[in-house]
Amino acid sequence: MTSQRSPRRRRIAAATVVVGALMATAACGGDKDDKGGGGDGAGYNAGMTGIANKSTKKGGTLRFIGKQDFDSLDPQRQYYGMAWDFSRFYARQLISYEPKPGSNKLVPDLATDLGKISDDGKTYTYTLRDGVTWEDGSPITSKDIKYGIERLWAKDVISGGPTYLVDVLDPKGKYKGPYKDKTKDKLGLSAIETPDDKTITFHLAKPNGDFEQLLAMPAGSPVKQSADKGAQYANHPMSSGPYKFTSYKAGKSAELVRNDKWNKASDPIRPALPDRITVTINSNVEAIDKLLIKGDYDVDLNGTGMTGSGRAQALKEHKANVDNIQTSFTRYVDIATKVAPFDNIHCRKAVFYAADYKSLQTARGGPEAGGELAPNMLPKSVAGSDDYDPYGVLKRGGKPDVAKAREELKACGKPDGFSTTIVARNNQPGEVEGAESLQQSLGKVGIKAEVDPIDGAQSAGITGSPSVVKKKGYGLSVTGWGPDFPTGQGFSRPLVDGRFIQQSGNYNYSETNDAQINKYFDEALAETDPAKAAEIYKKMNHRVSDLAVEMAFVYEKNFSWRGSRLTNAYSSPAYNGRYDYVSLGVK
Amino acid sequence: MMLLVVMLTTFAIFFVIPKWAGTDPALLFVGKQADPAAIEGIREKLGLGDPVLLQFWHFVEGIFVGRDYSSGPDVIHCSAPCFGYSFRTEQAVWPQLTEAMPVTLSLAAGACLLWLIGGISAGVVSALRRGTIWDRAAMTVALAGVSLPIYFTGLLSLAVFSYQLDWVNVDYQPLTSDPGKWLESLVLPWVTLAFLYAAMYARLTRATMLEIMGEDYIRTARAKGLKERVVISRHAMRSTWTPILTLLGLDLGALLGGAVLTESTYNLPGLGRLAVNAINEKDLPVILGVTLIAAMFIVVANLLVDLLYAVIDPRVRLG
Amino acid sequence: MTDLNQPVATPGEGAPRAFLDVRDLRVHFPTDDGLVKSVDGLSFQLEKGKTLGIVGESGSGKSVTSLGILGLHTAGQYGRRKAQISGEIWLDGKELLSADPDEVRKLRGREMAMIFQDPLSALHPYYTIGKQIMEAYRVHHDVTKKVARTRAIELLDRVGVPQPDKRVDAYPHEFSGGMRQRAMIAMALVNNPELLIADEPTTALDVTVQAQILDLIRDLQKEFGSAVIIITHDLGVVAELADDLLVMYGGRCVERGPAEKVFYQPQHPYTWGLLGSMPRIDREQTERLIPVKGSPPSLINIPSGCAFNPRCPYADVPKGGVTRTERPELSLVGDRHYSACHMAQEERTRIWTEEIAPKL
Repeated sequence: MTSQRSPRRRRIAAATVVVGALMATAACGGDKDDKGGGGDGAGYNAGMTGIANKSTKKGGTLRFIGKQDFDSLDPQRQYYGMAWDFSRFYARQLISYEPKPGSNKLVPDLATDLGKISDDGKTYTYTLRDGVTWEDGSPITSKDIKYGIERLWAKDVISGGPTYLVDVLDPKGKYKGPYKDKTKDKLGLSAIETPDDKTITFHLAKPNGDFEQLLAMPAGSPVKQSADKGAQYANHPMSSGPYKFTSYKAGKSAELVRNDKWNKASDPIRPALPDRITVTINSNVEAIDKLLIKGDYDVDLNGTGMTGSGRAQALKEHKANVDNIQTSFTRYVDIATKVAPFDNIHCRKAVFYAADYKSLQTARGGPEAGGELAPNMLPKSVAGSDDYDPYGVLKRGGKPDVAKAREELKACGKPDGFSTTIVARNNQPGEVEGAESLQQSLGKVGIKAEVDPIDGAQSAGITGSPSVVKKKGYGLSVTGWGPDFPTGQGFSRPLVDGRFIQQSGNYNYSETNDAQINKYFDEALAETDPAKAAEIYKKMNHRVSDLAVEMAFVYEKNFSWRGSRLTNAYSSPAYNGRYDYVSLGVK
Repeated sequence: MMLLVVMLTTFAIFFVIPKWAGTDPALLFVGKQADPAAIEGIREKLGLGDPVLLQFWHFVEGIFVGRDYSSGPDVIHCSAPCFGYSFRTEQAVWPQLTEAMPVTLSLAAGACLLWLIGGISAGVVSALRRGTIWDRAAMTVALAGVSLPIYFTGLLSLAVFSYQLDWVNVDYQPLTSDPGKWLESLVLPWVTLAFLYAAMYARLTRATMLEIMGEDYIRTARAKGLKERVVISRHAMRSTWTPILTLLGLDLGALLGGAVLTESTYNLPGLGRLAVNAINEKDLPVILGVTLIAAMFIVVANLLVDLLYAVIDPRVRLG
Repeated sequence: MTDLNQPVATPGEGAPRAFLDVRDLRVHFPTDDGLVKSVDGLSFQLEKGKTLGIVGESGSGKSVTSLGILGLHTAGQYGRRKAQISGEIWLDGKELLSADPDEVRKLRGREMAMIFQDPLSALHPYYTIGKQIMEAYRVHHDVTKKVARTRAIELLDRVGVPQPDKRVDAYPHEFSGGMRQRAMIAMALVNNPELLIADEPTTALDVTVQAQILDLIRDLQKEFGSAVIIITHDLGVVAELADDLLVMYGGRCVERGPAEKVFYQPQHPYTWGLLGSMPRIDREQTERLIPVKGSPPSLINIPSGCAFNPRCPYADVPKGGVTRTERPELSLVGDRHYSACHMAQEERTRIWTEEIAPKL
């Protein structure tokens, strides 16, 4: 069944290319009286290298368009990166990311300062700013923050969001969530103390140097208990930020207007330039690109890059409106060490040498639309990353080293190669193509690989299940990964920490359980100085390379449309390279 | 009765079969961080621990009587017909269905009308002008209609008429709020969808017409001294409707499939798009709701076709 | 009386005296296999109040002739290769083949009407009997539906449909075979046509009903005074009904004359064959039926000479193989009685009286 989808998809792709070409030709005729969004863009890559159209002008309507709707508006239930980026319009946290190009530094938001950390690294204390208010005019208190975070424990109702805070504050799961909380004010979580309305103290079970990263997620947003509608809160979350919802039609549209109770002086992060923000969901990706280029909308909500034909047209006719965005994703091939013969490191290394990185890069769209060749896993935006390249990927320009590959095969005891299966998600662009390209280059050294495209939506129960991986003999998996927060822990821990291997929804596909790596994580977590932690993560990352369990091939890039009306547009590494939505304004 | 069967089948596909296959439906809804506590929470929320029959009973009960749901702090009542709440949006499913239904019905009805008019007239022309250039032209266009996929014709029509010429704005508006905009937003989808189907009707009409024009009662009609126009419109056409209706009955059922692509291409907030989104997001209550509505759509369409059969062919009538 | 003493009329002689005068009618259909000469030079005349029986096997050109008279070979022929028709058809002083097709259409159903072979397939299954009769009436009469309906009921009553005021709203499938044919006749008669063509009107019916329908046609003819052509492959059908008989073979007339003569002094071996295959109740059956052996000729490659020669048991009676080389022309063999056979008349009379007649 699944394998039949590939040709069909290719037919669709081919048709799309044809239509795209037609559309591009059609567009040429009308270019002279350009009434669209192009023509006066701020310049190619202006939003990638700095701030495009820097401005403090207020007013106007900022118009988002996207194919994918928010997974939820409830801050505790969001997991989509774009939802995290967007949520800053209406949800504040104690800590957030600095609104500056190229920065993923943490700065205080509702809190007056970054946390006061106890010497053992287990206690974080914050004081709230004066004048922080809810949409209804009432002040935001420390209890609201505690209540909001407590909601994460109600996993049956508040599902979908990240649960890092639960693991850090209550790893044994003693607390059952506010809806089953018998205390009067529903503030029974003992790990968080709110001695007064301005003060909040977190008690961690174990030190975690990235704790403030966790607080900066929307999951750390306050929720006013009297306004909490549980599951239904997602339909109209109460705003703590500069904008509030006037309407939300799931899968169709959303509209936000200024929250007049928001106090500019209390908020160092949000310039709040537009008067109104609209979100339109459109199911046709080609149409989205066309409407952006036409100027009906300003920015792609999803920020996943333009499609082939839209990209071609934009680059040809409106290059000044395009940014070549560096995302925080690494595209890589995961190697299952529990599937023979990949239990032998030499057989894994044989793949590293036999693979044609250049063609894998091409399958993703080339160096600009796909991304630059990656020597190792850790993306550039994560502290601790470097150009460690033990397999000489950069040195040989991504070309395969057949001689070395054969040597490794010999060392593995399989001089004539072996058979394996490459798994790829069919709903992710470029992954099946990548798997096919890998299949070809592996074939040249005698490794016979079969490609098995799987339903990406079901991957949690397939590639996410070690027993299924073993049963099916999925030796290799073409996949991609981006960090939940921009540190070595945020990026690498789910992938290679042996204690994170799960029986379903597993991301440690290689089933790496290396004492050295695990120890690096423990050391880094205990370190509250980010610079020192970065040093440890660097070593961890090198170790991952040396073990040859994950074969990175590109650091992902894409082309994003930047509408001519947009001001203050810059790519933010804290939000996976998307524009920092909360800073945007319109001319 | 048939609806019940459809309900049971749909229910089984989502609840029972995954269990047999050894996968956990709760896993589909748990999100990125699937720790055991979260899975357990979801399982509890979905009532997956209950016996299957009880789960089904609750599901049916909701539709006919309504059901209470816990939203966390409160218990909310979902009145009949209750299809539950979307897992993703937490919005009640029934209003989503009633909002999407008119869109799909508008699309289906308009396209159906167009393809019947277009297909039948092309079929008649080519039957009566068999072997002429008209016949060949009509059949070539018809062939193109069948072969070109909606995402091609759809994108092309959008590119030309909406983006380039800017003649039509394809943002959907309900008929009740703005009939003009409603019409404007649906013209392209109608034509695109009709183009796909018209071809089959043209071919069917042509073949049927050719056969019917050789019937004895057509000779009789001519022998009466009727004008040829009357012979065709009153005598031949009446009989052509029967096979057309048969095909229509089948197509109306399958139309939701065509609507999925059309609605995605033209961004129409109809049932097809709702279904696609729900399936992508594993939003079970919405999937169940759309499936039931689709089944109802098929049942009603077939009922209508059966009624029309009786109107057209007296031999089908009872008594 | 039908004037059979007139020599075979030739085209171009101008308006004739007879009510219906068909002259050298040829109906040819071009097909991929060649030209099908369904009717190839047929002439006859018919007066009002008289009945002509056209007899022959299937494929002999009988039905094609009748459809030709009604002009139904040209109506509704779209795009494809049309029938080639030549000759003259004079009806009540008007020549039909050269007339404007719309003029002919206006005559159809009004001056000339037709009763078809199978009333079930010849009636539209989706319309009531009444509607179909009313339609036939209203094409030629500018009257209200109500008037037309009264007329339809009147006609149904006349043709013997019981409870006509109720049956008028019934559909063809609700009628029995005989009743359907009565309804068909009512439809044909609704405009008092002067020429009525009945094409195998009883073939689809069982024997008792056949007799009733034939009686009905005879009665109606007397009442309306129309000219009637009855087309049949069964001589028995026309035995009592027809004034004159015309026997067709391979698209041509092989014998014609007053019914009595053709029946009792047939002058063509093919007619003998037809008589031999006719079940008769007025005579003792001495031997089993003698069908005409062999199959009808191909209308694309009609046998040279006498078209009947491959099947004729007497083909070698005339000397010199003339039956295979020369086509016999119709010649007068008695009072208004013509036959196309190479055998000498004495020979034929001898064979008939000595060999054929006793066996019948």
